[in-house]
Amino acid sequence: METKTNIQKGFSTASKRLKEFFSTVSGLSLFTIEFFKNVFLPPYEFAEVKKHMDELGVKTLPIVSVTGFIIGLVLAMQSQPVMARFGAEAFLPGMVALSVVRELGPVITALIFAGRVSSGIGAELGSMRVTEQIDAMEVSAINPFKFLVVTRVLACTIMLPMLTVYVIFLAIFGGYLAIFLSQNINFTLYLHSVVQSVEFTDLIPGIAKTFFFGFIVGIVGAYEGYNTENGTVGVGRASTSSVVISSLLILLVDMVLVKITVFLWR
Amino acid sequence: MAEVEIKHLSKSFDDLIVLDDISLKINEGENVVIFGRSGSGKSVLLKCIVRLLEPDSGDILIEGENVFTLSIKRLNELRKQIGFLFQSAALYDSMSVRENLEFPLIRNFNFLQSEREKKVKEVLEKVSLEDAIDKMPAELSGGMKKRIGLARTIITKPKLILYDEPTTGLDPITSKEISQLIVELQKDLNTTSIIVTHDLICAKIIATHAVVLKDGKIRYEGNLENLTSKEDPFLKDFFSSEIITDKNERV
Repeated sequence: METKTNIQKGFSTASKRLKEFFSTVSGLSLFTIEFFKNVFLPPYEFAEVKKHMDELGVKTLPIVSVTGFIIGLVLAMQSQPVMARFGAEAFLPGMVALSVVRELGPVITALIFAGRVSSGIGAELGSMRVTEQIDAMEVSAINPFKFLVVTRVLACTIMLPMLTVYVIFLAIFGGYLAIFLSQNINFTLYLHSVVQSVEFTDLIPGIAKTFFFGFIVGIVGAYEGYNTENGTVGVGRASTSSVVISSLLILLVDMVLVKITVFLWR
Repeated sequence: MAEVEIKHLSKSFDDLIVLDDISLKINEGENVVIFGRSGSGKSVLLKCIVRLLEPDSGDILIEGENVFTLSIKRLNELRKQIGFLFQSAALYDSMSVRENLEFPLIRNFNFLQSEREKKVKEVLEKVSLEDAIDKMPAELSGGMKKRIGLARTIITKPKLILYDEPTTGLDPITSKEISQLIVELQKDLNTTSIIVTHDLICAKIIATHAVVLKDGKIRYEGNLENLTSKEDPFLKDFFSSEIITDKNERV
């Protein structure tokens, strides 16, 4: 009897979770459609977009700088003994550059960006929702979706690719430092090796996918914040869900885009 | 001025019926106070008037136009003539007092910078907070926030103003000052006002007409003086504590 009750409880919880999942998926899809409906309509909030590019992008520079530099450094340090074992140390600069350009740079920057920015957007819009600031905008005949959501999503979509390019350069420099410390390699030689290994077709897909990642970070954070319920508890939940969902979506979309890239470029 | 007509309005959240077939007419220039216990649907009614919430059934007509059938464009035109003072004042956290006040002017009207400055100074003078112009909302006290919220509400000179508990959480002196301010503004701007409150002192200063909601229905509608002398057990019970406070205050 007790087992039966536990099974029933399990089913009930599972169905509730499934309902929540589909509700989030459908809500997020409709929210994205609403974004595209609004983005091309005037008024164009250029000043707001610029402000958010600074708030969300430029202020993320310190954390991505440290991360980028360390990725390159650690990658080179870890790979060096393995490459040496196969007598392929000469390929180390190329290996570091290719890894960073094609995968590590875009994905890790996006995940860091999601952790800082998506949660921030979720918490900020969530607070605005629970303190009726979004309602106040609406009753003042101002479109809050356009002013709050569209501007932030655009800022994220523009800023993440820029941050990624910056991180890639820093990671390549970090890689150089690791190799320099063990092999005393000349920087020009290192750079020559990097440039020879990385082709344009490596760079384009790596950067292109960050536009998708930036969009995901912005839209998920905005969706969670804009639809916050249940007061301050809801704000905390919106902030956490923003990071979890956007990180998960970044990895899923990355998998799909890598498959498409491999198919197109092979 | 604006005339508001509510026709057979019903609204529920899941199984909870909040408003049940409410009909009410508010004439031009009237100050109507809506009383009711917490959760009786007063704020929901205000939010339905500006279409922040859609009802299950019924209509609301403002100056003869049904707010629920209007296009978004027309609805926004109508909203420009309505002011809404939220319970929490709902000041934009990321903007200074000046930016909060200028925000609706920049977005909805084509005023020059000098005209905006003049209007901002004018409304701040009305609420006696000229010195707060460059402060952020976080630096203001509860009463100051309410006053700035009120200033933002009236800066566009609306024809209809909705107040959601304008004096809740304030000390008696500030409450009275805000109530008097509302009356002065009503006289200056010649507006129609709907005020949701629990504060009988505030209501006595402001109201020309009173409505009491209970269980989603209108329990009483009419003159405020008659309301407090009614023999209805609910009304007696509801106003007893308010009357005691009122008497104490007078003593």
